[in-house]
Amino acid sequence: MGPILALAGKSLWSRKGSALLTVLAIALAVGLFLGVEKTRQGARAGFNATISGTDLIVGARTGQLNLLLYSVFRMGDATAEVSWPTYQWIGERDDVAWTVPLSLGDSHRGFRVLGTTKEYFDRYKYAGGRELALTEGALFDDLFDAVIGADVARDLEYELGAPLVLNHGLGRAGLQQHDDRPFRVVGVLERTGTPVDRTLHVSLEAITAIHVGWETGTRNPLSSTISEEMIRGFDLTPKTVTAVLVGLERRGSILSTKRAMDTHRGEAIMAIIPGVALSQLWDLTSAAERALIAVSLFVVGVGLISILTSILTSLNERRREMSVLRSIGAQPSHIFLLLVLESALLGALGALIGIAVVNIGLWVGGPVLTELYGLVLAGVSAGLLDIQVLAAVTGAAAVTGILPAWLALKRSLADGLSVKI
Amino acid sequence: MAPKTVSLTDVEFAWDKRQPPLLKIDAFGVDRGEHVFLRGPSGSGKSTLLGLIAGVLTPTSGDIQVLGQDLSGLSGGARDGFRADHMGVVFQLFNLVPYLSVAENVALPVQFSKRRKTQLDGSLADETHRLLSALGLEGRDLLSRQARNLSVGQQQRVAAARALIGRPELVICDEPTSALDSDSRDRFIDLLSAEIARHQASLIFVSHDAALASRFDRAIDLHDINTASAATLEPTF
Repeated sequence: MGPILALAGKSLWSRKGSALLTVLAIALAVGLFLGVEKTRQGARAGFNATISGTDLIVGARTGQLNLLLYSVFRMGDATAEVSWPTYQWIGERDDVAWTVPLSLGDSHRGFRVLGTTKEYFDRYKYAGGRELALTEGALFDDLFDAVIGADVARDLEYELGAPLVLNHGLGRAGLQQHDDRPFRVVGVLERTGTPVDRTLHVSLEAITAIHVGWETGTRNPLSSTISEEMIRGFDLTPKTVTAVLVGLERRGSILSTKRAMDTHRGEAIMAIIPGVALSQLWDLTSAAERALIAVSLFVVGVGLISILTSILTSLNERRREMSVLRSIGAQPSHIFLLLVLESALLGALGALIGIAVVNIGLWVGGPVLTELYGLVLAGVSAGLLDIQVLAAVTGAAAVTGILPAWLALKRSLADGLSVKI
Repeated sequence: MAPKTVSLTDVEFAWDKRQPPLLKIDAFGVDRGEHVFLRGPSGSGKSTLLGLIAGVLTPTSGDIQVLGQDLSGLSGGARDGFRADHMGVVFQLFNLVPYLSVAENVALPVQFSKRRKTQLDGSLADETHRLLSALGLEGRDLLSRQARNLSVGQQQRVAAARALIGRPELVICDEPTSALDSDSRDRFIDLLSAEIARHQASLIFVSHDAALASRFDRAIDLHDINTASAATLEPTF
C-alpha cells in the first residue's frame, strides 16, 4: 500500500487547486458539524458542572428555568424577591439542613455581585462535589470586604487590597455607582470554570449597607450625610433575598419539601430541583440542536459529493495513467486502491483542517462566549470526538471513492495497455 | 536448451467470443536476446498481441509462455506480478505518470517488483542516472523535473529508461517512435537497442513503419503469422 499511498498523495498534489477546494468544502462541513456538537456538549457539561450538592433552589414564583438561570448562572434577572421572613421560614423547617441566601442585582464593571453568607463557600459545590477554595487572602469579614472570582481578578488585574466600587444595577457601565461605599478585595477564589469565576462575593449585610439611602431605587441626595460609622451601627438584616440554596436532611423528602414550598401560603415562592430544571432546558434546546446537527450532516454529505465529483471528472483524462501503471505491474486492485486512497486523503485532510479550525476557534472564542453570555463551555478541548469525526469522515470519503475506483478498475481492465485517447 | 523468451502456440483471441477471432496465431516465438520487429497496419491487432504477451489480456484459447512460464496458468494478480518482474513496456505516447518527476517515473517498476530492485546495478539513483545518460538525457537537474514538462522525445527516452531499470528479460515497445522525427527516431532506436543488448534482454518492437525493419534481428509482418480471416478493427473505448 505504501507506493500507492505515495502515488495518491502526489496525484492530489499535482491537482492541488481543485483538491484544495474540495478539502476546504470538507473542512467547512466538518467545522460546522464539530462546532455545533462541541458547543452543545460543552454548554451541557458546563451547565451540569456548575452546581451540585444543592437539593433545591427557592425563589419568587417564576418560570423554573428563569429561576435556575438567574440564581446559578447569573443569566437574566429576577422579577421578584423572597422576603426575609419567608427565608427564615425555609431555614427553620425540620426537613431543611441548611440554607444559603443569594442577593443579586448589582454589578462591578460588567461582573455580577453576589451578596451571601460565609456558608455559601462551604455549601456551594461544583463539578460533581468540588468545593470552592481561595488562591489567596481570606473570606469576607468586614462589612466592605469582597471575595472575587478568578476571572474578575485576571481581567480587572485586581490583587488583595484593591479598592472597588459597585454599580447600582446591572450592565458594564451602570448609570449610578455606590461610590460612597467603596469595597476592598480580601480574597481571590481558585478557578472553577463556572459563573463563580465571574462573580464578586460580598456579605448579605454589605448589600443592605450600600443601599441605605437608595430605598426609592435611586440615590437620595441626603444619603451622603450618612457616614460609614453610622451604617455599621444600623441593623443590616436584609428585607429580601433573590434566591435561596437549600440542602435537605434527607434527599428522599425532596418532592414533599418542594411541594410545601410551592404551596406556601404566606408568599408566592417556588422551589426547583437543579437537575430537573436543567433537563427541561435540554428538552427545550434539543429540537434546535437536532436541526443544527441534521443541517451540518447534510453539509458533510455535500462535501463528500464534492470529492466524488472531483475524482469522477478527472477519471477520463487519467485513463492513460492507469494503463501506464498497469504496464509496470500494477494490479487492478492497485488502481482501485489508488482512487479510494485519494478520496480518503481528501476527506482526512479536510477533516483535519476542520478539526483544527474548530478547536482553535473554541480556544479563542470560548472566553468571548463566557464574557458576552456567561456561557461556560466545559470539556471542549481536542479529544475522542475529534478522533471519531476524523475516522468517520475519512471512512465515508473512502467509501465515496469506491464508485470512481470501481469505474477506473473496469476501464483499466478493458483498456489493458492499449487505451485510445 | 533454455526456453524462448516468448512462445505462442495455437493462440486465438476475440474481444467477443461469439465473434470470429481477431488473432489466430499457430506459432510465434522470440529467442533470448533477440530483437524482433513486428509490423502491421493500424487496427491489425499489434497492440492486442502485445497485451496478450504482457499478460494483460488472456487468449480465448492456446498457450502463451514467457520465459517458460505459462501465463494462462497464472491468476490475474500473478500475471501482473510476473509482468512487473520480467517486462518493460514503452508506449507510443503519454508514457509517463504526469505528476511524478523523471526520477520517480523511472523508479516506478522497482516499487512494484522486489526482483527488479535486487537486480539494480548499484543504487536506484545511480542506475536511474546511468540509464538516462545512456539514453541521451544528461544532467542531474532533469531528474527532478515533472514528466509533463518534458518534450515528446525526452518523454520517450524516460519511458525507455523505466522499461529497462532492474534488467527485465523482455522489453515491449508499442510504436514508441511514431511521434518522433526521423533523426530522433533513429537515435532513440540505437540507444534503446544498445541498452537492451547490454542487458541481454529480448525486444519486441511494434511499428507500422516498414523502414525500421533493418535495424532488428528479425522482422515479421503480423499478417504472416495471424491467420484469422476476420481481422477486424480493435474496439476502442
